[in-house]
This record gives sequence, C-alpha cells and structure tokens, in this order.
Amino acid sequence: MTDNRMAIRQVELEVLRYNPETDQEPKLQKFTVPCVNEWCVLDALNYLKDNLDPTLAYRWSCHMQVCGSCGMMINGEPKLACKAMLRDYSGVIRVEPLSHFPIERDLVAVADDFMAKLKRVKPYLIPGEKRTLADGEYKQTPAQLERYKKYAMCINCMLCYAACPEYGLTPKFIGPGAISLAHRYNQDSRDGGRDERQEEIATSEGVWECTFVGACSDVCPKHVDPASALQQVKVASTVDWYLEHFMSWVKK
Amino acid sequence: MSRRPYVRVVPRTTWFFRHPRYMRYMAREVTCIFIGIYSVMLLVGLVRLSQGSAQYEGFLAALRQPGSVLFHLLALAFSLYNTFTWFNVAPKALPVQVGDEHWPDSVVAGGHYVVWVGLSLFILFWAGVL
Repeated sequence: MTDNRMAIRQVELEVLRYNPETDQEPKLQKFTVPCVNEWCVLDALNYLKDNLDPTLAYRWSCHMQVCGSCGMMINGEPKLACKAMLRDYSGVIRVEPLSHFPIERDLVAVADDFMAKLKRVKPYLIPGEKRTLADGEYKQTPAQLERYKKYAMCINCMLCYAACPEYGLTPKFIGPGAISLAHRYNQDSRDGGRDERQEEIATSEGVWECTFVGACSDVCPKHVDPASALQQVKVASTVDWYLEHFMSWVKK
Repeated sequence: MSRRPYVRVVPRTTWFFRHPRYMRYMAREVTCIFIGIYSVMLLVGLVRLSQGSAQYEGFLAALRQPGSVLFHLLALAFSLYNTFTWFNVAPKALPVQVGDEHWPDSVVAGGHYVVWVGLSLFILFWAGVL
C-alpha cells in the first residue's frame, strides 16, 4: 500500500532569528528540513533543533493544542505550531515570533505584558455567595454553564493579541484574551466579582479601545470568539451607564 | 545576562495593508463616510424645503446632475456593504440564549435582515412609492 502520509519531503523554513547577546536586529535564516508529510510545523522545528541547529529558541510543551505555548506567526498568520500541518503548506514556510510582542530570543515572545493584564482582570471565581464546606457545592444548571462555556476554553496562547491591530498600535489595551476571561467569570452564575472586573475592563484601556476588527475570533485555535465577549461587555457597560444616570432607581 | 528584548514597531499609517482581514475591516469603516455624506445631503434637502418651493426645485435639479447620480449609486453600494458587514457580525454582540442553547448566528443575523426589509417596505409604502 502506498502511504503518502509517511512520505518524506524537504521543507524550506525561513525562521526569524534574534540573539540579544550579539544581534542588533532580527534576521531571517533559511533551513531545509526533511519532514514527514503528516508532521506539523512544531515537528519540523523540533527536527531542526535536534539535528541542524541546537541554538534555536522557541516555546512548546504539549504538542496537542492544549498548553498554548507554541504560538507563532506562520506565513504571517498567528498559529499554534502544533496545529499548523505541513500538508497545508507549499513552498517556503516563514516562521516568526508572535506579532505585537517584543522578541526575547528567536521565536520566543515576551509574555510579561499579557501576564500582568491577565492578573488585573481577576480571571478566577469570586464567589457571590459565601458557602462553607458543610453547605455543599455551588450548583449550576446546563443553561447557566452555556452562558460562559465557550469563553472558558481559552488557553492563554496570545494568538488573539498577535492578530489584534489595536493591541499592536496601542499596547496599553488590555486586549481580547484577558477581557474574554473576565467576561467568562462575569457570566458565571456562581460569581460575584463583576464590579471589581468592570473597574479594569469597562474603561478606555479596556473594551473601549476595541474597534471590532474581529481578527481575534478569526485566529483563536479554541473557538473562544473573543470579539463576541468584548462586544457583549460593551453592551452591558452601556446599559450600566444608562441605568446609573437615567434610571438610578432600577437595581442592577 | 540581562534581557534585551527587540521591539517591532507597527507602522501607524500603513498597518492595514499587512493582512486582507485588516483591509476588509477598513472597507467596513470607510464606507460609513458615504452614509454620513448622504445624511448631510438629506438635511440640506430639508433646509431647502423649508425655504420654499423654488429652492426645493433647485435642490432636486442639483440631485439630477450626473455627478450627483454617480455619488448616489456609490453611496448605495457602500451603504449596502456597510449594512451587510454589520448585520453579519451582530450575533457576536447580541447572542440569544433560550434554555440550554444559543440560537444559531444565522437566526440572529437573519432577524436583522427581516426587520430591515420590513421597515424599508413600510417606509416606501408610507411615502407612496409602492
């Protein structure tokens, strides 16, 4: 049986290299990597590092689209290297670190800014109702789960930040990923922390920096749809404002 | 070793040429300018109407100029593009959940089209065109 999936193919990779100890600026370096047709770009990078150039720096961990570590620009598109299959590419494949983030070294992007923003939006459950162990668990219906389920799929891979032109132009923007996670907890029936999160996200650095380009949702590998989260936060914040200024007798 | 991260600067005026989806976004945003100009022309028409029939006839004659007709055709095309692109993303801002399920995006967007066509027919009927 001829099995094309296991065929070996010479793949030309153009990798953006940057060594902070010696380089003034990053530059592209070409490699020809013998690859199995069924490999992904991450496999090709692993082969490259093991056999051709052990100095290449990049992040990865799970190789199965769960850890969110191997995000990089592949032919100009933010992708998980473990989800970008070589069979979908022909010709030279250009691999660069995620756009809009500073380059630490080679394909490693500096994630400090995203980590700080993630912390600001309190992406964890702040119980609305204090319960003791004796009171039992916080219960939730399938309908209540459905309200936030897709936003809970975020793996913090930062592809949405690399796709978002607003973040590229205005780095103080809290950005799609962190705001989506804030929205995920705001939508949770067990949570009571919305007011605290609104202080961060219902601001000019928060959702109001977003102009709904929608690129974040296009590139999200887990179909979180960050653009929808941000628009819903805008709608809810606008309703808040009207209630506060014109209908203050109505309780939120 | 101390860190020395390299910062890539995003070009402030040409960033949207980097990707087709940014170009589509700019197309959606720029087409609204034509809706704005058309709205101003309607307001001018109202002012002319308030000034008397001679002024209003002059306004109508100006509308019949080839340049004006061309502008109206362009404005119509761009308005339709703007409307379609916004209606198609409306489900992101206004998801509807009934029971355990969200309505499909096509239903939410479709609702916008139904209301749009209904209102347009009503206005045309009310204005005596139909």
